[in-house]
Amino acid sequence: MAFFLAFKEVWRNKSRFFLFSMVIALITTLVLFVAALAQGLALANRQYLDKLDANLLVFQANTDLSTLSSRLDQVDLNRISRIEGVQAAGPIGFASASIVLNEASKDLNVSIIGVDPDLPGAPPVLSGVPLFSDRSKDVVIDSDIAKQAGLQVGETFQLKSIQGIDEKLYDLRVIGITSPQQNQYAPSMFVPIQTWDRIRPQASTPNEKAPINSNVIAVKLVDPAQQDLVAQQIENSVKDVEVADIRTAINALPGYSAQQGTLQTQQAFVLLIGILVIGGFFQIQMLQKIPLIGVLKAIGIANRSVAWAVIYQIILVSTFGVIFGGLVTLGLAAGIPDVVPIQFSGATVALAISALLLIGPLGGLVSVRLAVRVEPLIALGLNS
Amino acid sequence: MLTDTTFKSLQTAFQVAPQILEPAGEIIIDAQNITKIYGSGASQVFAANQVSFQIHQGEFVGLVGPSGSGKTTMLAILAALLKPTEGQVLIDGVDLGSLKENERVRFRRERIGFTFQSNNLVPFLTVQENVELMLRMNNRLTKSERQNAQALLERLGLQGRLKSLPSQLSGGQRQRVAIARSLIHNPSVVLADEPTASLDTERAYQVTQLYADLIHEQNKAGIMVTHDLRMCRYVDKLIQMKDGQVSGIFTGREEIDEAISFGVH
Repeated sequence: MAFFLAFKEVWRNKSRFFLFSMVIALITTLVLFVAALAQGLALANRQYLDKLDANLLVFQANTDLSTLSSRLDQVDLNRISRIEGVQAAGPIGFASASIVLNEASKDLNVSIIGVDPDLPGAPPVLSGVPLFSDRSKDVVIDSDIAKQAGLQVGETFQLKSIQGIDEKLYDLRVIGITSPQQNQYAPSMFVPIQTWDRIRPQASTPNEKAPINSNVIAVKLVDPAQQDLVAQQIENSVKDVEVADIRTAINALPGYSAQQGTLQTQQAFVLLIGILVIGGFFQIQMLQKIPLIGVLKAIGIANRSVAWAVIYQIILVSTFGVIFGGLVTLGLAAGIPDVVPIQFSGATVALAISALLLIGPLGGLVSVRLAVRVEPLIALGLNS
Repeated sequence: MLTDTTFKSLQTAFQVAPQILEPAGEIIIDAQNITKIYGSGASQVFAANQVSFQIHQGEFVGLVGPSGSGKTTMLAILAALLKPTEGQVLIDGVDLGSLKENERVRFRRERIGFTFQSNNLVPFLTVQENVELMLRMNNRLTKSERQNAQALLERLGLQGRLKSLPSQLSGGQRQRVAIARSLIHNPSVVLADEPTASLDTERAYQVTQLYADLIHEQNKAGIMVTHDLRMCRYVDKLIQMKDGQVSGIFTGREEIDEAISFGVH
């Protein structure tokens, strides 16, 4: 009965409800895009750390877990490697430079990550071979670089790096390609830590004899369940270090939390606007239908049926709007250039869609209450 | 638009006064000392004051009176929409005062047929769907009941309008659909609140006569609240109300016609 009334009203007023569905579709598109942007920006910032095969990251103390400010040396690495419960510890250095493309194209900014080929931090490869030499011109690039720079295994390219006040060019050779490993909004290339120390941008010309410092040390544990205990042991055994798990390290990435917080706030506001818009629309509809509901109640329709009719109608219109909005988003996403960091993940989309489907009934609660409170006596022009 | 058949019956109605049918059936509506008070203290208003009457099966009753006389309040009490302050209403032997709220809703759905002055029909349902609504609400929408609904609509001259929406009908046609809806689920009592108020005279006569005919044919107890005395030429009993009290009950053709010509208001 309730569904019959809800469906018939929508069906016989298709244009009105379709227009309103389009409003919901626009809200859906906006929510999905903001969600995809948040996901895309988050990934562009943390993808390498996400995929890192390690349990803990060790930073220099008092650097606010900053991967760029932190400096750790070989002594730290050796001490950490010897701590009980540590399976392996590898140095990681972060820097950025640009790959020189042909004259027609702008140089490609990349993140240069220095790793020890045999230790945590070095990525597995999809094609070619992994890094194997400590000092070489071999690099592993991620598939984003391969795509954007048009590089393949076996090819060489030039890396441009500012050292001192000079612009230095380094010839490097691609030996492997790994999955996308963006770090701080740039695709990544991996080089041995010694090579990294030589080619990374720095204030002065590199001194070959100076000891090599990495930024952080990635630690893989024998038993991940012992994470807190081993972290404590590292902080106790090694002077001036701070240990964080990967999630904490990600949240400490520059601007990461602020950016995600901003985007999540935007999403929340769009959903809130959605609740108000849907609530407002159905409430106006309901106000117009009060005399009719009075008549229906006078002839014996149950309050429960009236309430369900309103809910079914909201669900029908919202679901149509959300599906339509989802399809529009898919269509638009296909046409958006690669430089826009939007990333649709199943979980994010499912969460956004669930939230969107939930705001309909939530927004319509006021109209349900209004409908339930209509007195059948108004059909006779009387008040209780 | 009037069909030939209904137009002829309308002409007949103008020429020949309808016969009063003797109330042979059992008592369907028994209102005993009904009092309804609105407000309290100095602002107390007696909308109904010690009102009593009985209506039999197959009897069509006109409830008349000036504005504020309490006739609509009485209709609401008889329809289980309003509880009286004092008194008792028995419909089909059921004491309305003993029913809980959900039982009253069910009682209205099953035992009462209602026609209102306006906003009668669901605007997004077709003529047929509007009539079938009562069957649907009572979980009785079977193939045979659907055929009954169609037959009733045909009887009311709406055979070509089954798929029309209320907005595509004239005022008279809409009221005829409302009459069909009030009767289709076979209620004991049919109530009408100013059913002809929004119609021109010609259509008002037509609708009232149809209403009376169907009540007689289907052996229901019917009450029509109206301010238009001319429409009472089709009723079997006229109850006049004034200041919340019954000021006169007229039965028999002559008595009713006399009351109408004197203007009982």
